Amino acid sequence: MSAEPTAPLPVPQPQTEGYSRREALVMGLFALAAAATTAGCSAADKLALDDFVAKHFRDLTPDELKDRLAQLEKKYSEQYGKSVKVSATPPIPGVLFGYALDLSRCIGCRRCVYGCVDENNQSRDPQTHWITVLEMDKEGGVNLQNADAFYDHETVPAPGKFYMPVACQHCENPPCVKVCPVEATWKEPDGIVVIDYDWCIGCRSCISACPYGARHFNWGTPSIPKEELNPVTEYLGNRPRQRGVVEKCSWCLQLTRNGLYPKCVEVCPVGARKFGNLLDPESEIRYIIENKRVFILKEELNTQPKFFYYYGL
Amino acid sequence: MSFIRKISNFVTGTGRMALLGGNRWYYVWLAVLVACIVQAGFAYAHQYQYGLISTNMRDSVSWGFYIGNFTFLVGVAAAAVLLVIPAYVYDWKPIKEVALFGELLAVAAIIMCLLFVMADMGRPDRFWHLIPGIGHMHLPSSIMAWDSVVLNIYLIINLSVASYLVYCGYYGIHYNRKIVVPLVILSIPMAVSIHTVTAFLYNGMAGRPYWNSAILAPRFIASAFCSGPALLLILFQILRKVSAFEIKDEAIHKVAELMAYAMAFNLFLFGAEVFKEYYSDTHHLVHYEYLFSGLHGKASPIAPYAWISLAFAVISFFLFLIPKTRRMPLTMNIGCVLIYFSVYIEKGIALIIPGFTPDQLGQVYAYVPSSTELRVAAGVFGVGFLLFTLMVKVSVAILFERGDQAAHA
Amino acid sequence: MTAHFRYTTSQLLAPLIFLAPSSRRDTDPLWGSMTRIRNIRLAVAGASAAVLLTVACRPVQEAGPRFGKGIEGVAKAKGVVPKPTVTLFPVAPPPFSEGAFPCSECHGLTDKVNRVPHKVDFHEEIVLQHDEKNRWCLDCHDAQHRDKLHLADGRLIDFTESYRLCGQCHGPTLRNWKAGEHGKRTGSWSGAKQYLLCASCHSPHSPHFKPLKPKAPPLRQEAIR
Repeated sequence: MSAEPTAPLPVPQPQTEGYSRREALVMGLFALAAAATTAGCSAADKLALDDFVAKHFRDLTPDELKDRLAQLEKKYSEQYGKSVKVSATPPIPGVLFGYALDLSRCIGCRRCVYGCVDENNQSRDPQTHWITVLEMDKEGGVNLQNADAFYDHETVPAPGKFYMPVACQHCENPPCVKVCPVEATWKEPDGIVVIDYDWCIGCRSCISACPYGARHFNWGTPSIPKEELNPVTEYLGNRPRQRGVVEKCSWCLQLTRNGLYPKCVEVCPVGARKFGNLLDPESEIRYIIENKRVFILKEELNTQPKFFYYYGL
Repeated sequence: MSFIRKISNFVTGTGRMALLGGNRWYYVWLAVLVACIVQAGFAYAHQYQYGLISTNMRDSVSWGFYIGNFTFLVGVAAAAVLLVIPAYVYDWKPIKEVALFGELLAVAAIIMCLLFVMADMGRPDRFWHLIPGIGHMHLPSSIMAWDSVVLNIYLIINLSVASYLVYCGYYGIHYNRKIVVPLVILSIPMAVSIHTVTAFLYNGMAGRPYWNSAILAPRFIASAFCSGPALLLILFQILRKVSAFEIKDEAIHKVAELMAYAMAFNLFLFGAEVFKEYYSDTHHLVHYEYLFSGLHGKASPIAPYAWISLAFAVISFFLFLIPKTRRMPLTMNIGCVLIYFSVYIEKGIALIIPGFTPDQLGQVYAYVPSSTELRVAAGVFGVGFLLFTLMVKVSVAILFERGDQAAHA
Repeated sequence: MTAHFRYTTSQLLAPLIFLAPSSRRDTDPLWGSMTRIRNIRLAVAGASAAVLLTVACRPVQEAGPRFGKGIEGVAKAKGVVPKPTVTLFPVAPPPFSEGAFPCSECHGLTDKVNRVPHKVDFHEEIVLQHDEKNRWCLDCHDAQHRDKLHLADGRLIDFTESYRLCGQCHGPTLRNWKAGEHGKRTGSWSGAKQYLLCASCHSPHSPHFKPLKPKAPPLRQEAIR
């Protein structure tokens, strides 16, 4: 089968026509909501309404996207008392991201967990961690039924133990995307599975479907101390989240789509974490796939993760 | 009389029928239900203000009591209408009434389902994202999206048939069989499909071995055939006492017999699942261990319920299997209550929680519902039972108290 | 890559579909085609719904290698420009102890050199745990040129190139380090990277990686209120 679609696809309807109906209905909802609030509409009310009728990210026209980003920047900047940038950096053509983690190096120090929290604006209270580091017995091998995420030692690695950090595996065949009833999560062309926090309805089907415990729900209102907020944010990535929506690792797309390594790679003291372009034969990630024997977690589920574990030693 | 006028007369008339002319126990019952709803309103207001953190669901066990109740009620909704099949097959006399009460129960159950889903949503204000046209319905791939489609269609079909029948009865006109019969017949496969699709919601998740079993949907159908009729049998007996509704003992015994078969099948499927898990003794067994005993030396808080559910199922199976106890009103009603609670525990607790425990990374979070969850659930049942009570009251009034006169007039 | 394969079923069902309004990125041919395919909404009725559910839900399998030849093919098709081979390694400065370097501050050129391995009185803090039965200071440090190291054949190298010295014994590790597999890389996955010298993580005198205090465990979910 050829890589390019050969079957002629029906021509998309002109956008204006497609939107008029949707727009009308959304405006109807808007009017309803407006009527439900008090007559005097403050700026905060206006913002709440704009959030309520916010469109799906992929329905936004370039102009609408620009407006929405500006609106969010203003909102977050006021909320956190500093200048917050919200971008929607597109994927880089010709790039398919991949990740590798050397299990024989990882010492379970959890630097990645907290580096990720800082970089990606995860809620401090209630606590949200995108990365879970599992401790397992060396003699048992990778056996999740004997894994402990809550180990607490004076120093690591503890004798007889090894460590396996787990976060979003950015599957090529992601079950979370399949089950989402409203298309609030999808796989981008660079392989990153993203979430539109303004579209997620909080049904948590994706949490049930994810075999890796990678998805996390905002059970309460997320909170980040103002001084700790990372002001460089992405719409589909690390911008501040709301209560009642799902979030997860985005491979730091605010960094990686600008050519940088993800934060967990940057902070790992043992260099166990590797990241790069799977389509580039010269990349570290391809070197590892070629020269080490890699494995993927729960391969029998055919999720086809782009997150590879390997034993470097 | 204009159509609008007719409708408004119908609404006020049935409203009067619903609220007036009951005995003391009727109003006590209504008051209890209203109290349930009011207290749930406060609980839900708290949940809405602070988020789902006021439940005990967390990332490891991300669905809980709400979704368990939802699943149970889908079964009730499905089975209520499936009772039309034996009514046809055995040619019971009050077939129209059996169908009508089944559909009313289905309507109430589906409304409860939708309320439970709304209570469980992180962002209920965004429900419109699911509406085709203005939202993004992820078809054909999302089973959740399919479920919302079939549940809403099923609700519309049953609501329209039931209200059409009541409307016709109210004005003493003959209902149009060409409209009603096809819709009732359509509602039968729809009943199977709502429960099947709901089963597929869990079944399709390969990462959750507890649910990823091909006999999950058959088990859903079998258990629903136990719980739905149990409710209706009790209802029929009450109606027989307090109204002119007539249903022969043989019909009731037949339903009980069918329930015995359904329970036998349900237990057989459950046994097949238990055999597979325990004999093959793979890692997937952990979920059953959590269900029936516990993990890592810690007792599971749901294990007592699992055993109670199993015991109730076995006892009620024998009560319905033995002709003597099946026919004796006391033992039959005990059987109905046991079956109802057995399936309620099976769907509400034993289906959802072990599926998430231990979680995908082997971590154990011992979930039990919070008081907010229990209170909201009580309110949703309050709404459902209130609706069902009022609808039945109206139907009884129209069909048996003035319907005859109107028909003769 | 796989997206085209994955959505084949949908494409076959093209006559059945209404295409949703496409996205703002329609100008980009690659993105545009994928978005269009993804935005498909099927208007189905009756039996076709069931058929679609069964057929289109099934992920389409693809045969052949996932990454390897397959990727290179796609990379070529997408016009990935190969990067120039890295020859120089941008390493972080050698991790000298405070005031230790330059060594020539203390060690004069005229010092008499005892070439028989022996315990040195001065550098007491250094405990050699690195094949200490067979090796000692002057196997790596150069007696004549104190601010340099020397390879086994006597060639002098700077401390900033010490990986060449380590690589004499640890050949495969050096190879992996050069490729970016062994050791920590920071900076850009697609461009300039910062390497660390072997000595930044492994003390040359006692190379075993030192244990660390782990950061706090996550809260148990019972404690998240």
